[in-house]
Amino acid sequence: MNKKESFLRKPAVQTLLSSLICIVLGLFAGFIVLLFIDARGAASAMVDIIRNFFRYPSAAVALKYFGNTIVKTAPLLMCSLSILFAYKVGLFNIGVAGQYAMGAGLALYAALGWQLPWYVCALLACVSAALLGAISGFLKSYCNVNEVISGIMLNWLSLYTTNMVLTKVKETTSPYTKNIVNVNHSALLPNIGLNKVFNNNQYVTIAIPLAILLSVLVWFILEKTKFGYELKATGYNKNAAKYCGMKEKSNTILTLIISGALAGLGAAMFYLTGYEQWQCTQSSVPGMGFNGIAAAFLGGLHPVGAIFSSLFIQHITEGGAYVDKTMYCSQISDLISSIIIYLCGFVLFMKLFINKRLNAHDEKKGGKS
Amino acid sequence: MENQYAIEMLGITKIFPGIIANDDITLQLKKGEIHALLGENGAGKSTLMSVLFGLYQPEKGIIKKDGRQVKIQNPNDANDLGIGMVHQHFKLVECFSVLDNIILGVEPVKNGFLQKKEAKEKILALSEKYGLKVDPDALIEDITVGMQQRTEILKMLYRDNEILIFDEPTAVLTPQEIEELMQIMRNLSAEGKSILFISHKLNEIMAVADRCTVLRKGKYIGTVNVADTTMPELSRMMVGRDVEFAVKKEDRTPGDVILDVKGLTVASKLHKNNAVKDVSFNVRSGEIVCIAGIDGNGQTELVYGLTGLEPVKAGTVIMKGKDITHASIRERSVNGMSHIPEDRHKHGLVLDYSLEDNMILQRYFEPEFTSKAGTLKRANIRSYAEKLIDQYDVRSGQGAITKARSMSGGNQQKAIIARELDKAPDLLIAVQPTRGLDVGAIEYIHKQLVAQRDAGHAVLLVSLELEEVMTVPDRILVMYEGEIVGELDPKKTNAEELGLYMSGAKNDFRKEAAV
Repeated sequence: MNKKESFLRKPAVQTLLSSLICIVLGLFAGFIVLLFIDARGAASAMVDIIRNFFRYPSAAVALKYFGNTIVKTAPLLMCSLSILFAYKVGLFNIGVAGQYAMGAGLALYAALGWQLPWYVCALLACVSAALLGAISGFLKSYCNVNEVISGIMLNWLSLYTTNMVLTKVKETTSPYTKNIVNVNHSALLPNIGLNKVFNNNQYVTIAIPLAILLSVLVWFILEKTKFGYELKATGYNKNAAKYCGMKEKSNTILTLIISGALAGLGAAMFYLTGYEQWQCTQSSVPGMGFNGIAAAFLGGLHPVGAIFSSLFIQHITEGGAYVDKTMYCSQISDLISSIIIYLCGFVLFMKLFINKRLNAHDEKKGGKS
Repeated sequence: MENQYAIEMLGITKIFPGIIANDDITLQLKKGEIHALLGENGAGKSTLMSVLFGLYQPEKGIIKKDGRQVKIQNPNDANDLGIGMVHQHFKLVECFSVLDNIILGVEPVKNGFLQKKEAKEKILALSEKYGLKVDPDALIEDITVGMQQRTEILKMLYRDNEILIFDEPTAVLTPQEIEELMQIMRNLSAEGKSILFISHKLNEIMAVADRCTVLRKGKYIGTVNVADTTMPELSRMMVGRDVEFAVKKEDRTPGDVILDVKGLTVASKLHKNNAVKDVSFNVRSGEIVCIAGIDGNGQTELVYGLTGLEPVKAGTVIMKGKDITHASIRERSVNGMSHIPEDRHKHGLVLDYSLEDNMILQRYFEPEFTSKAGTLKRANIRSYAEKLIDQYDVRSGQGAITKARSMSGGNQQKAIIARELDKAPDLLIAVQPTRGLDVGAIEYIHKQLVAQRDAGHAVLLVSLELEEVMTVPDRILVMYEGEIVGELDPKKTNAEELGLYMSGAKNDFRKEAAV
C-alpha cells in the first residue's frame, strides 16, 4: 500500500474529506435548483450565499456582520453538541428542537416575567430542557419507547407550552416577546469586551467562547473519563454494558438529561443576547435543533469538528438572506440553505463510499501483484 | 468419455490486501459423492465457497461444471448452475409456513395467483423420496431445529439443485438428529446428488463422507479417500501438528460448595413462561460441572438467572455462602464470579471498542484504571492489556489498539477468556466457550478450564457439544425443557445414554404427578 493511500485511510482525513465533498455537493445541488427557477441570477445568487458578510467592502462593517453570524452559531453549536453527545451513546435525540424551545421559553420568562439575572435564566433554561430530556430517557429505559417518537411528541408539547407561557410577556401590539434590552438589563449575557472586537456588535457575548469551551469539555468527557467510557460502551453495545455491570438504564436517562441541558443552554445563549425575540404565534419549533443534526454529522460527530460545521451552516443560512429577492421568491434563501444542509448530512455515506473505492482499488492491485 | 466431476474448482487463488485467502486450491466434487471440506477457522473454506457462489472473483483458477468451464459472476449464476447451500444459520422466515419458505422466490404463479397446491404436492413427493419428514403447513417458529434444517434441504431440492452444500450442519442438532441427517445425506447421494459437506468435526466426516479435501491457512493440503485414512491423520493435515483429543486432567476431590442453587425458576424473556423450572444443584471448588442439553432447553435463561442478567422468579442462588439471588451484576462480578458469555458479540465485547478497552470492561472502575477525578489512566490500561495479550496469546492486527470487530472469532474469544480468567474468579461460568472455534483453539480453552479447576476454582460449563460434554467436566447435569433430568458421571456414561436424556426420553427426577 502506498503512502497516499494509507493517508486516505486515516479516519480523521476521511471525515474531513467527506465533509468537504458533502459541502461541494450541497452547493452544487443548490445551484442546480437556482438554475431551474431562474437561470439568469443563479450564479450571482450562489456567490451571495457563499459570500455572506464578505460582501461588505469595509472590513469594519464585515466584521460587525460576521459578529451576527457567530451570535447564531453559538446556539447551533450547542444543539449539535446535544445531538452528537446522545448519538455517541446510541441515542438519536430528535427532541433537541423541543428542548431548545423549552429552554428559550424558560430563559425568556425568567428574564422578562421574573426579572432574574442572566445566570439564573440560563440555569433555568438548562434545567427545564434537561427535564424534557429525562422524560424521553425514562420512557426509553423503562417503557421501551423509542426516543425519536417521544422526542417528536415532546417537540410539539414544548412549542405550545412555550408559546403559551411567553404570551404573558409579549408586546401588546405584536406577537413578539418584549425586548430584554428595555425590560431587564441584568438578563443580558455579559459582553466582556467582545462587542468591541466586533465593531460594537452588542450581541456578541460570552455565549461564543462558552460554547467553544463546552465543545472541548464534551470531547474531554467522552474521550478521557470513566463516565464517557461507560456512556460510549452503553451506546455501542447495551447488552455488553449490562453484562459488565454498568447501569445501562440510568446511563440512557443521564445521557438524554445532559443532551437536553446542552440544547436548553444553547437557547439561553441565543435569546439572552436580545438578538431575536420569540414569536408567540409560531407553529413550528425553531429550526435550530434540526440544523444541529446536520451540523453534528457535517462535523464528523466530533465536538471540535462541530465548531466549524456549525459556523459553516450558519454562514450559509445568513448568506441566503442576501439572494436577490426581485428575481427569486422570498423563501429561496431558506430553500437553498436547507438543500445544502440536507446534503451535509451525507457525511457518513460519503465515508462509506470512499472506503469502498479504496477497497476496490486495493483488490485490483492485489490481483496484479 | 463422460466427465465424472459435477463441479471442479481448479487452481483457485484469491488474494486480499496483505493476505492470500486461497492459494492455488483445487476441489473436485464427483457426481453422487459426499465430499467433505475440512479446515480450521480462517483456513479459507468460506472464501472458497464465496468464490463458488460468485461473491468474489478469483485472481487465478477456473471453475468447471460437468467438464465445461463456467463463469460465476454472482449468486444468481450459481443458482442457475444448480448449486444450493444450507447455511449454518438458517435463512428462513420465522412467521411463514414450511411451504411458503420453500417456494419463496420461485413461487409457482398462474395469472398472478399463487399455486400452492401444486407446490405442496411437489414438496410432499420430494419429502417422501428422500425421507425428509416435514409438515408443509407448520410455521417455522413452531418446529424443531431438525425440521427447520430439513426445510432448508427441501428448498434446495425444490429448486432442482444438483450440487448441495452443507455448511457445518450438525452444530445445532442432537446426536439422534445428527444420525438422521447422515442418513438423509446418504439418501441424497444415492439419488445422484453431489454433496459438499463443510465441517471440522472429524467423526462426522469419517462417518458419512467418501472423500475429504483439507485446507490449512489458505493452502491446499490434499484430498484423501476417507476409507483409507484415520482421524488422527485428518487432524494432523488440518492443524499441521498432532492434536490431543483427550483432555488431560488428574483426579481431584472437590472442596467446599461455591455455588449453591436451590429451586431456581427463571422466566423466558420471549414468551414469559418459565424457561427454568425449579432447578437445584451445586458446584464445588476444584470441579467442573457441565450443563448439557440441546440448545433452547433453558440453559441460557439459567445462566441469565445466575449472573443477574435477568431477574429470577423464585429460588435462591448462594455463592460462597452469601445469598446473591438479587445482587446486581457488578456485585456478583467483584465478589468473584466470572462469566464467559454464550454470545461473544452480544454480551462479551464492545465490538467498536479497541482490544485494550475491551480488556478492562470488568475492571475499568478500579483505581488502577480510573483516577480519583474520574479520568481514565490510559498508560495503565495499555500496559495491562499488553500483559494479557502476551500471556494469553491474543493475536490481532495492531495489538492493543485493534478494534475488536476486526479480530478473528478465536482471538475475540481468547480476549474474553483472558479478561475473565485474570480476575482469578472463585466461580467461572463458561457458556459454550468453544462455539465456532477450531481444533487448536478448543484444545487451548479446554486446558484453561482445567487449569481453573486445578487451581481450586469452581467451573460451571454450559455446552452443546457432545465431545466437550464427555471429556471436560467432572460431573454432567442434563437439562431438558427447563429441568435437570439427570446427573451423570462422564467416565461411566456414553453418547447414547446422554442423547436419551437430552431428548427427554429418560428422566431420573421426573416429578410425581400431583395427587
